[in-house]
Amino acid sequence: MIDFLRGYEDYLGGWLWEMGIASLATLQLMFVSFWLACAIGMVAALIPMARIKALNLLVKLYIGFFRGVPVLVILYWIYFALPEMGYEVLVVSSYTAAILGLGIHGGAFLAEIFRSGIESLHKGQMEAALSLGMTPAKAMAYIVLPQAIRVVLPPIANFAVGLLKETALCSIIAAPELMLRAKDLASSSFLPMHAFVMAAVFYYIMSFPLMRAVEYLEVKMGKGLRTG
Amino acid sequence: MPEFWIKMWEWWPEIFPVLLRATAMTVQVMIGALIVALILGMAVALMRISKFKLLRYPALFYTDVMRGTPALVQIFIIYFGLSDLGIEFDPVSAAIIGLGMNGAAYVGEIYRAGIEAIHRGQVEAALSLGMTPARAMRYIILPQALRLMLPPLCNYAILLVKDTAIISTIAAPEIMFEARRLVQATFMYSISGQIYLLCAGFYLALTLPLSQVAKRLEKAKERWR
Amino acid sequence: MKPLLRIVDLHKSFGTLEVLAGISIDVERGEKLSIIGPSGSGKTTLLRCINYLEKPTAGRIYVDDKLIGEKQVNGKFVHLSDRELAKERAEIGFVFQRFNLFPHLTALDNVSVAPRRVLGLEKRDAEERALAMLEKVGLAHKAGEYPERLSGGQQQRVAIARVLVMQPKLILLDEATSALDPELIGEVLKVIRELAEEGRTMIMVTHEIPFAEEISDRVIFMDDGKIVEEGPPHEIFANPTHQRTREFLRQIIDR
Repeated sequence: MIDFLRGYEDYLGGWLWEMGIASLATLQLMFVSFWLACAIGMVAALIPMARIKALNLLVKLYIGFFRGVPVLVILYWIYFALPEMGYEVLVVSSYTAAILGLGIHGGAFLAEIFRSGIESLHKGQMEAALSLGMTPAKAMAYIVLPQAIRVVLPPIANFAVGLLKETALCSIIAAPELMLRAKDLASSSFLPMHAFVMAAVFYYIMSFPLMRAVEYLEVKMGKGLRTG
Repeated sequence: MPEFWIKMWEWWPEIFPVLLRATAMTVQVMIGALIVALILGMAVALMRISKFKLLRYPALFYTDVMRGTPALVQIFIIYFGLSDLGIEFDPVSAAIIGLGMNGAAYVGEIYRAGIEAIHRGQVEAALSLGMTPARAMRYIILPQALRLMLPPLCNYAILLVKDTAIISTIAAPEIMFEARRLVQATFMYSISGQIYLLCAGFYLALTLPLSQVAKRLEKAKERWR
Repeated sequence: MKPLLRIVDLHKSFGTLEVLAGISIDVERGEKLSIIGPSGSGKTTLLRCINYLEKPTAGRIYVDDKLIGEKQVNGKFVHLSDRELAKERAEIGFVFQRFNLFPHLTALDNVSVAPRRVLGLEKRDAEERALAMLEKVGLAHKAGEYPERLSGGQQQRVAIARVLVMQPKLILLDEATSALDPELIGEVLKVIRELAEEGRTMIMVTHEIPFAEEISDRVIFMDDGKIVEEGPPHEIFANPTHQRTREFLRQIIDR
């Protein structure tokens, strides 16, 4: 064990700094993808409200496809396939490809979370709101959605943790984040074990607060909304 | 677009068997990891619900770390890291061990939640009848908990299938790796997009049936309650 | 005087199951009507059709001589959408068996949300009116509480206040006390009694026979989706004409 730690002697300072910066890049990547996924997910969840059959089908296909396919395939497709097939116009940087891939893929998961959150609400809530003379739109805005948001917060926080871990995959398409940096440092120092263990520590530090937030939210929301 | 169909027709005998074989490998890895996770997960779960802090805390820490770090890092540590320390694994073994250990944390949680969900009253009734805690666990709690656990376990299996894509990075001969190798070896760059779409198709062929099973299990669970 | 509510040959089927098989009722302004009958007789469905929570399969409903729930399109009658129904629903009050209070809002907010968001009142005015209604049902002191901290009886009274604040022409009560513990029923019945004495038009689906007898002007006994018997309470309860009515009452009163 001590021998192992000794391996860090020459590298500790430099690595801490480099991995620290890379961690910030990871957090940024996760942050931006998260909001993209939220936006897409919210749209996909609310479209069925319009009751247009064609759109409903499209949304169903979108959710079904992206939830059944690994995010890596999507990343490959955006970053490798598009330029290789000659679509020069659609070539994006690895960072952009990462955001698009994580966002579009994640949007399907969030759409499912939003959808079941709204559905989980007791039908009586909608009926009570409509009986008071609210239009469906108003009932949604003032009664259903405020409650649905509380219900979906824990799974969304959980999704965020997953997203953070998925950023590591973006190293495969050379997006600037922690895992890529760890691979570099591993190969340049010939100390893969040390490099990756340290990277793991950084990831754990980043995900720790989020995981505790998930636990807190699960407890808090679990107590929440009981009606008569 | 017509170019795609021409190319596909030309290359089909090359593409399809490769991807099919790769899918078989993916299934192998997934089943291997699942078995590891199911067995190891039981140990983790039992430690988590144990009365002894000495057992509980390490299990808790293990679970937290496995769930808080990317599976990719874990697999790299096992494949590259351990080989650095002298323990070599071939890609497939490293994949099964890595994904299996990662899965043990998730499966452990599923077991734990299932066991804890069984109403206290059941435990009390069993104990009042004179059963030892072990007997109560075996005849009363676990059979009921099993039904509760099946849907989340099925969902985990779906996740596992998708996670196997990660091991393409350690050159395991699964779908993504073989697809990329094929494209690069045959210079089929112009249809690489379609090939990846085909890969997606193979993944869907694995995950869609599993989701149907998961839905059925969910319905059965509702009815039973 | 034209009746406030007129139901003409109402039919409602769920798939192949016909739940309402031709109901026709007139309700006068200020009249209190009780509907009794076994479960599955269609009483709740009838009530839910009046404010169009269920869409009738056939038949018409008129409030104040105006056809509600439908509009004419190219000579054919077509059901209105929920959005179009909102205006009509605001004038009909519905009290649910399971209260359906909004758990994320306090009692005061529950009562004031509709005046604000449907009638467009200013927050202060809406809250003034809401407080007055809570006062009326005896719960002004609980205005700041969330539903989960209120007893069943209190929740139902808040639900009634929520309906009253909209000043509805007609109040529908769907087994308002069925989901309550026995000792809490009294406080809700007291409020309903006051409403009756104020001359409001009310239709109640209920199992509380003595209460129905006390405050109703007319009682309807339903079975299998049809009206079996109707008349003043003392006639129906003391001296029912039909066999089925007798059987039903015997079962209920023996409880």
